[in-house]
Amino acid sequence: MEIVVCIKQVPETTEVKINPQTNTLIREGVKSIINPFDMYALEEAIRLKEKYSGKTIVITMGPPQAESALREALAMGIDEGILITDRTFAGSDTWATSYTLSKAILKIGNFDLVLCGKQASDGDTAQVGPGISAHLDIPQVTYVKKIREINNKNCIVERMTEEGYEVILTPLPCVLTVVKEINEPRLPSLRGLMRAKQTQIIRWSARELKLDEEKIGLKGSPTQVVKIFSPPQRKGGVVFKGETSEVVDKLISLLKDQLP
Amino acid sequence: MDYFLTDQQKLLQQLCRQIAEEKIVKVAKDLDEKEEFPYEIMKILAQSDLFGIYIPQQYGGLLELSEGKTIGGVLDLCIATEELSRACGGIAVCYAASALGTFPIILYGNEEQKNKFLPDLAKGKKMAAFAITEPEAGSDASSIKTTAVKDGNFYILNGVKHFITNGGEAEVYVVIAMTDKTKGARGASAFILEKGMPGFSFGKKEEKLGIRASVTRELIFDNCKVPKENLLGKEGLGFIITMKTFDVSRPGVAAQAVGIAQGALDLALRYAKERQQFGKSISSFQGIQWMLADMATQIEAARALVYSVAKIIDSGNTDVSKESAMAKLFASDTAMKVTTEAVQIFGGYGYMRDYPIEKYMRDAKITQIYEGTNQIQRNIIALQLIKEMAK
Amino acid sequence: MSIKIVIEKCTGCSLCIKACPFDAIKILDKKAVIDLNKCNLCGACIDSCKFKAILIEKPLDIQKSPLNLSDYKGVWVFAEQKKSIIQPVVWELLAKARELADKLKTDVSAVLLGSGVKNKAEELIRYGADRVYFVDDESLNNFLDEPYTNILVKLIQKYKPEIFLCGATSIGRSLVSRVAVKLYTGLTADCTGLDIDLEKRLLLQTRPAFGGNIMATIITPCYRPQMATVRHKVFSALEEDKTRKGEIIEEKMEEGLFKSRTSILEVIEEVSSTVNLSEADIIVSGGRGIGSKENFKILEDLAKVLNAAVGASRAAVDSGWMPYSHQVGQTGRTVAPKIYIACGISGQIQHLVGMQASKIIVAINKDPDAPIFKVATYGIVGDLFEIVPALTKRLKEVLKR
Repeated sequence: MEIVVCIKQVPETTEVKINPQTNTLIREGVKSIINPFDMYALEEAIRLKEKYSGKTIVITMGPPQAESALREALAMGIDEGILITDRTFAGSDTWATSYTLSKAILKIGNFDLVLCGKQASDGDTAQVGPGISAHLDIPQVTYVKKIREINNKNCIVERMTEEGYEVILTPLPCVLTVVKEINEPRLPSLRGLMRAKQTQIIRWSARELKLDEEKIGLKGSPTQVVKIFSPPQRKGGVVFKGETSEVVDKLISLLKDQLP
Repeated sequence: MDYFLTDQQKLLQQLCRQIAEEKIVKVAKDLDEKEEFPYEIMKILAQSDLFGIYIPQQYGGLLELSEGKTIGGVLDLCIATEELSRACGGIAVCYAASALGTFPIILYGNEEQKNKFLPDLAKGKKMAAFAITEPEAGSDASSIKTTAVKDGNFYILNGVKHFITNGGEAEVYVVIAMTDKTKGARGASAFILEKGMPGFSFGKKEEKLGIRASVTRELIFDNCKVPKENLLGKEGLGFIITMKTFDVSRPGVAAQAVGIAQGALDLALRYAKERQQFGKSISSFQGIQWMLADMATQIEAARALVYSVAKIIDSGNTDVSKESAMAKLFASDTAMKVTTEAVQIFGGYGYMRDYPIEKYMRDAKITQIYEGTNQIQRNIIALQLIKEMAK
Repeated sequence: MSIKIVIEKCTGCSLCIKACPFDAIKILDKKAVIDLNKCNLCGACIDSCKFKAILIEKPLDIQKSPLNLSDYKGVWVFAEQKKSIIQPVVWELLAKARELADKLKTDVSAVLLGSGVKNKAEELIRYGADRVYFVDDESLNNFLDEPYTNILVKLIQKYKPEIFLCGATSIGRSLVSRVAVKLYTGLTADCTGLDIDLEKRLLLQTRPAFGGNIMATIITPCYRPQMATVRHKVFSALEEDKTRKGEIIEEKMEEGLFKSRTSILEVIEEVSSTVNLSEADIIVSGGRGIGSKENFKILEDLAKVLNAAVGASRAAVDSGWMPYSHQVGQTGRTVAPKIYIACGISGQIQHLVGMQASKIIVAINKDPDAPIFKVATYGIVGDLFEIVPALTKRLKEVLKR
């Protein structure tokens, strides 16, 4: 089984904070990590390989420093890493990103499965996974919480919905985006870390992917960010304590207008 | 301090720190309270290759051994044990005790024995334990009563071992038994036993003051039939094997002590910065500062000694009884001192089970006792000093 | 490149450095230098620069659009249905679409795909649609990415709406991502604000990013339709107007478009006993302080009285007390109910990013220093095991349930 995992390097979002005086992001000490949801995709790929053998490839599109994310994936047990990097990619939105990644997957050639995290924790769009499958014109299943069965033609997966889940049969190759429930990502192994340190990361630029210049980077992105601002910070309200019956009555009277 | 670790050792240190912070810290209190063996953590350590760092590559481990050497990776083991102990001394000892059970096979096993047992131990599929202590043979190891009588292709073992770390959880046991009682210490031999051998069973699980996530059990041999191929080395080598094993494993115990002490200092430091009294953080008081300074200095000294001894062993010199004993003695005494001080810095909160620091003090105590009490360590050191004088 | 510093104008004042969310600007020799590997071309620096020393070349100028933009008219809403029931977010979307359409002096259409859903069309009109396009086919009974995509693409190409809105549901987010790629147009996910730039006739789409730590306003200047998915509960539905009239148009599609390579083998409903988290007006949520699976019962009792959904923090889910589908927070669901009652939740930032858009947050926690109190509208310091049952009992009396 040949599996391609698409990952993104993101800032550890929970550490991104706004300086209330200057109204700007505080960046000091914010680590770059693999998007948490992508960790589940990586783990699933490694588990599938352990079970069915084959090859796992991790790809990411980003600046040169995103290489460290690929090495982390290799340390977990992914076989090969490809960095898709080019200055002309700057400003890519989800359309251009999924176009670029789909071209890279085509260049890889043989693949049965493309795995992505359900969304990235910085952009939170959840659009790149489905975008890739649309560009490749292959089936997709989003929010996968379990791969029940898989063979070289089909797989049966559970797709999480608001009410429960659906059991879906899809032919391969396909794109699956996975949620946290699917597994628990492993930590790297020492062998993996040593191998990751020594393995050559493959680099592909726009030219090597034979991309249509009109479809990449800012130029190829239909959306445009016009403004970035910090949301009004939520402030704490009243805190009270006391006899249970008193606080309960007080709370009910405060909520009265909102209750059904 | 920079100890000029290799790239692999630095990666190992980071990896163990990550495992400690992400996986161990959150379960340590619970496992301690329930006295539960950390199966999940052991799986993680296995998956991360940590059981292979002191086992040669030819037997499935990660250790690159140069020609003529039989042992290595002791510094690696110390680094791993220290980092894990920083989060939980109890969980760390489950790991380190497997090394203790593995070392005699590495040191004295023949090719067949090594090929049979080491690959599974290196992968962490199986864990090991070492068994010498008996109810009436603690520091006085020559008084052990467990016997092994040769009977055709087998040895028949009878007797009881107790206080065996990993007892019942390990699959592979190195057991010291008397093959010839008349010869005293020279009549002891070492055997490799496997869980499930007929006549081999486990007794009660001990309830302990500290390192409660680790399991300590009795091993019971009732006409236990052990194939003669499982004899380690030769008959009569039991004590030599024990002493040589302890020589190389003691830095591990010492590293456990360093880790416990470091973990306690980490917590005490953070608490001292946060805790406000008399309108300022208690870390601004010189009395506290001096305590912290002494703790840190003692820990660094202990670490330097432990790493040095480990490096000597890794260089191929296993003639380290004295140095090894010094490392264990100094590091464990340091751990006891530092953890007691750490509890003191926490004040009343330090004494409460809601706070993690008291556990460090409980965990530290055992390092002064097991793998030879610190009194025995002093005996070893003194004996060696006098021997050296006489040369 | 597409962004540059006008060296003559730059004073090295470093205002842009503070403004850059991506840490992409440095001062070298008293001039700003932009690291293009880090730059996201977001333009935050341009607004901050007092000397007009930063130029960004935006290749997407409306003037350069490959489309004839005036061909595109009307605001469309995807009328998501499950088991022939229109999902509540659709009513909210219709209200917003109405407002946007009125500003643009155009009309609102709903598009409804399903099986046996024709009778739902009237309902859509009563809540604000001027027109409903529906496609009725047995194969559309359950949502499947491919036929739904094929049909939407076809309809959009045929009728050319200028705006297309869809709920940020698990169906919506999956579906329109694919549609937008096929149409080659822009899609903005998970919007919490929508407005119109009348001068340019553009949809201004505002959404949170970085776990809600920053907000971004996004446009799709050159491509149509301007597509957005919208979070639940950020807009209010209109009152039902039974007198409203509209046009209902059935669309027939060629056979091939209904084909799907994936198929649904089974649909399993798990949260039947409670309310769907993202749709709930009230959520009662529990964290580490709940202590056990059994103790969640007291939250379920409270939820029942309030007709609320039950949520859980990551700590509670990881301990196995609640299934993952109930998890609120960064790695779970993002919710914004009218009332969020956090019981025994300390308020780790990862949890807060998933619920801080709630209108009212009630926190019940024994630790007065718990960070949850920093965001709570009403905080109660005390033992939840006393307060929650008492609250349930009192509410039963007050609400007469």
